[in-house]
Amino acid sequence: MTERTLKDKTAIVGIATTDLARDGGRTEYSLACEAVTRAVEDAGLEMADIDGIVKDISDGIDPMYLQKAVGIDNAQYCSDSHWGTSALMTGATAIAAGICNAVVYYRCLNGGSGRRAGNDFRAAREMQDEGLDLLRYDFYSPFGLLTPDGLAAMTARRYLHVHGIDADQVGWIPVVASEYAAKNPDAVFFDEAIGLDDYTRSALRVDPLRDLDCAPGVDGGLAIVLTRADRAKSLRQKAAVVMGVAQGTSTEGELLSNYSRPDIAALPEVRLMGEELFRVAGIDRGDINVAQLDDRYAPYVAMQLEELGFCERGSGVAFCEKGERIRVDGDLPLNTGGGFLGGGFTYGLNVIEAVRQIRGTSSSQVEDAEISLVVSGAGGPADGLILRRD
Amino acid sequence: MTTPGEPEAPTVPHPALWAVLYRSSTPFWEAVARHELSLQRCSGCKTWLMPPRPMCPRCQSAESEWVPVSGRGKIHSWVTYPESPHPAFEAPYSVILVELDEGVRLVSNPSGIAPEELEMDMPVEVVFEDVSDDFALYKFKRAG
Repeated sequence: MTERTLKDKTAIVGIATTDLARDGGRTEYSLACEAVTRAVEDAGLEMADIDGIVKDISDGIDPMYLQKAVGIDNAQYCSDSHWGTSALMTGATAIAAGICNAVVYYRCLNGGSGRRAGNDFRAAREMQDEGLDLLRYDFYSPFGLLTPDGLAAMTARRYLHVHGIDADQVGWIPVVASEYAAKNPDAVFFDEAIGLDDYTRSALRVDPLRDLDCAPGVDGGLAIVLTRADRAKSLRQKAAVVMGVAQGTSTEGELLSNYSRPDIAALPEVRLMGEELFRVAGIDRGDINVAQLDDRYAPYVAMQLEELGFCERGSGVAFCEKGERIRVDGDLPLNTGGGFLGGGFTYGLNVIEAVRQIRGTSSSQVEDAEISLVVSGAGGPADGLILRRD
Repeated sequence: MTTPGEPEAPTVPHPALWAVLYRSSTPFWEAVARHELSLQRCSGCKTWLMPPRPMCPRCQSAESEWVPVSGRGKIHSWVTYPESPHPAFEAPYSVILVELDEGVRLVSNPSGIAPEELEMDMPVEVVFEDVSDDFALYKFKRAG
């Protein structure tokens, strides 16, 4: 059996978000600088303490230029990773290996106003010009399958069909997200909670996905500081100790368009990642007090619940029915800050909420939350993190 | 060149023309231009390789062949765009995922099947539509 070398070795000690907005009117560079500076300050550290930098591969700001602006002069570890918590895994690995002491992760994008391939064809084309995802554009674009929303809709229809799920019932996921978002002052979308009727009456984005199934883009930045767990005790904030962290990829993986794998109504990489995540953390599903899953597309939340072992395959939508299990007093409070559906699609945002739950500072605080799960990358490479109170 | 009475050429290139950018798939599109559906298959272990790629993930052979396929299959899933994200496509339009009899899946468009008529596992067969002198698209109609 592999030694659990990353368990309890590191802790998240600093978090920050810039203002999040539909159209923020700022450069991603300036967002990155503000987020990193404020996360370091939140941790009670000096910039000179930061000796590692990690980011998502798709983030546009090069660490060199970030360092020049914020004054990280002597970093000894820099790395790109997949999306969301996989970059934190890279940072935790470097710290546990003794390569560095304190790592900052940042994610900054103008996803509401500018460059992001949501339902925006021009952004999709721009990504193609950058050499990303050539296969997708080669075999999908000629037929008008031009947007990530469309790619996800293809999987969603098959998923609903295979399990005989009523598409309207998926609406409980955005309904509960809207309830959480309405309480979270940082969440840009949903000033008021919606009901299931609002969902079933809402416009189809790409049939069978509705507008309310798809997380909107947002402008903003966020940063997270990770350091050695033993050092975290003396810092300003209540530490969120990394109990477990894992990644997963699987057969015939693509970004959302995993159409060549045997079962397109499944997320095998989430299953692989989840099994490893619970194994390395040494806990069971029932030990999780609060969870943040990747809700870029609502049906994928149900699929993640199944693949992570919270319910049987095909029953993820039923698990969320009426919202009872996933509200703050339910068995598994889910996406308690409003998720990407309420806050806008940017990886790392759900990590911030997972940390707030450990600190006791969430706008929908789960009473006595001790163990907090966060997952990102549904429909592509999967990654996840389990945090605990110190 | 535009002749009188013809609509003006669209200023945004048709997405079909992007396909030629990716080298592994060039033989595929050359065959489609001849109105043939031909897929890449590993010469060693005979695994179908779709989308095309430089190596077989099952046996790591770099040798492959292009093999004509039946063009018959079933609808495995589909989506419908109620609004078009691109001027080349007039909404509403559907995109289908077809599982060929050989077990390989292809993204395509329905031909002569309205969005509301699409059904899971509907039998379909390939048809070809010329986009230009040297470029065609494959679509799927109800199997006869």
